[in-house]
Amino acid sequence: MSWHRLAAIARKELIQIWRDSRSLGIVLVMPLAMMLLFGYGVNLDIKHIPVCVFDREGSQQSQDLLKRFQSSEYFDVVRVVDSYPALVRAIDSDRARVGLVIAHDFSERLRTGETASVQAIVDATDDNTANLAIGYTQSVVSGFSEQVQVDWLRQQGRPQPNPPIAVDARTWFNEDLESKAFIVPGVLALVMSVIGAFLTSLTIAREWERGTMEQLISTPVTPLEIMLGKLAPYFVIGMLNTALCAAVGIWWFEVPFRGSLMTLFASSALFMMAVLGLGFFISVIGKSQLAASQMALVATFLPAFLLSGFLFSIDQMPAVIRAITHVIPARYFVTILKSVFLKGSGLALLEGELLALALFAVALTLTATHSFKKKLG
Amino acid sequence: MLNRLRQMLIKEFLQVFRDKRALWVLVGPPMIQMLIFGYAASYEIRHVPTAVLDLDHSQESRELIAHFSATPYFDVRSQLTDREQIREMIDRGQVTVALEIHPGFAALLRKGQTAPLQVVVDGTNSNTALIALGYVNQIAQGFASDYQRDAMLRSSPFLTARLPAVELEQRPWFNPNLDSRWFFVPGVIGSLLQVMVIVLTAFAVVREREIGTLEQIMVTPIRPREFILGKTVPFFLIGLFDAGMIGLVGTLWFHVPFRGSLAVLALGMVLFLLCMLGIGLLISTVSATQQQAMVTGFFFIMPAITFSGFGFPIASMPRSVQWLTYLDPLRYLLIVLRGTYLKGIGLGVLWPQMAAMAVLGSLLLTISVLRFRKSLD
Repeated sequence: MSWHRLAAIARKELIQIWRDSRSLGIVLVMPLAMMLLFGYGVNLDIKHIPVCVFDREGSQQSQDLLKRFQSSEYFDVVRVVDSYPALVRAIDSDRARVGLVIAHDFSERLRTGETASVQAIVDATDDNTANLAIGYTQSVVSGFSEQVQVDWLRQQGRPQPNPPIAVDARTWFNEDLESKAFIVPGVLALVMSVIGAFLTSLTIAREWERGTMEQLISTPVTPLEIMLGKLAPYFVIGMLNTALCAAVGIWWFEVPFRGSLMTLFASSALFMMAVLGLGFFISVIGKSQLAASQMALVATFLPAFLLSGFLFSIDQMPAVIRAITHVIPARYFVTILKSVFLKGSGLALLEGELLALALFAVALTLTATHSFKKKLG
Repeated sequence: MLNRLRQMLIKEFLQVFRDKRALWVLVGPPMIQMLIFGYAASYEIRHVPTAVLDLDHSQESRELIAHFSATPYFDVRSQLTDREQIREMIDRGQVTVALEIHPGFAALLRKGQTAPLQVVVDGTNSNTALIALGYVNQIAQGFASDYQRDAMLRSSPFLTARLPAVELEQRPWFNPNLDSRWFFVPGVIGSLLQVMVIVLTAFAVVREREIGTLEQIMVTPIRPREFILGKTVPFFLIGLFDAGMIGLVGTLWFHVPFRGSLAVLALGMVLFLLCMLGIGLLISTVSATQQQAMVTGFFFIMPAITFSGFGFPIASMPRSVQWLTYLDPLRYLLIVLRGTYLKGIGLGVLWPQMAAMAVLGSLLLTISVLRFRKSLD
């Protein structure tokens, strides 16, 4: 292997990326675009849920309950209707997510010591938002119920009882439960998947498609030199992008970084090698650019998005899918990223994940080399 | 004109169906994506791994823990003996929630004082943490009010019988079991449709340009209008076919209900496909190579899916981003899809979405056809 020839190939590849405005776009703009896209676009928590109220009673007590909804930051009472069909319309047309119906005997039942119920109709099309909305509604209503009981006991001349239990909750690692702290570290894995597999599979498949690969092969350059020379620029670009994304995450989105930079870069390098190997392999077996890029997306971007724990927790997946996630390199990388950013875990806790990444890096690089030699031979 | 158009269509279909790999692209990736999304994409929180540190060992503390393990939400996996273990298990990600009951818990309860329940939640996944915290509060509150009622019943049964209370009667409409699949499956249909049609249209045109066959077609009597129709009609039909196929998987395999009218959904899809064909053509006019087309497509598709409400609520995005989503055709199609699948609503409610897609579609098609003609000259 000659360093000189390898450097020449790398230089050629770099010039090619540099001259093609769109490849350059992927390399320079895409990491930032994806950071901003997910940092701003993905927020699973919800506030100011639009509420439509149908108060059939209009008593002091029903108004007191509604005031509690109004003063909560989670709800906005956007409309008060006087018929049930109007409430249904508001929910059907998405103008309200929650419809509150207060029965006409609400205060009557409270006066006679019965249980009065408040009906909350929740648009559950989006199950996650609905789940949160139900939780918030529940806590407003139970707060009100407690107040009613305390008032009533005081009227009866009874001492005010203490609440039996106080939940003292501490959230670790992401104290304010911010979506961006949960999302932003994982975006690094997405960016590297796109750079590593999508871009390489496209540029290399192009050489095959145009026949320029044959020209390269007819030069004294060995297959290994071609492969390493072609991948080296992408490796460097990928690592620079990781640094850029990490910087944007830490300084722009103010996501805490509690671990060590060393762990971050070691794991990024391993992951980058794994996706580059995969991208190269795909470009060898996929004949056309269309097929190669499609395969690259299905093989790297999609799993990194769906099966890595980036957004959806792996715990909650069916056993078969959970088993599949073990062969997805992004799964280990996302775990490391989240630990390094939020938990500040050291190498000792992440040994298993790093080892898995190293195995993938070696195995995929070897597979790529092997298939490339075979295709040439 | 009709005859020339027919010839053009025959040529296009032959081209698509002769390429075995392209055929795979039409059927394979959509099916794989549908299955992975259907199984992996879920915000549901069930069986959250939970550890318990019970330092009180009283009947009350055991009862409280039983309240937790009786729900499907918490999976009490380990009984700890030492506070250090909580830190370790959460650091390693073995449990997401840890409950700690201090010594003297029961004594405080019996004296009518407030007993603390300490909860530690791993906030790395902010959404899981938020929902799990909601459940913790609900369960603790349920235990507390049961306990209070029992205590009062013993001391003053007559008074307790007249204690008023307010309870929440929750009605999650359209998706009573809060099943994430019902939310995601209609969304996947929309986003796959978008990806397929844009990529295929852009590729088909750009390939002719890249190989040079576009020039050949231009010297035949085929007019630009016929060429555009000939290029877009096949993908329009393929798009509809794919939509039908994935839709069937959603209904037959994932059992997502379809409550609305097929005609309304079909109208929505046709309008949406017009928008996508416009975008595909537009991309083809700014791309000289297939690689450029793929990259430009990717740059459009990523934000279009993120901002469509596909997986992340639009209501939680920053104001300025919310305005941007109005330019996203997928946003409207998703409302139509979920409206017809889950809500069973008709044109009476969905007409604004249809109108928006019609306006966007005609704008996009006009611009792209004009640009396309220019690029031929």
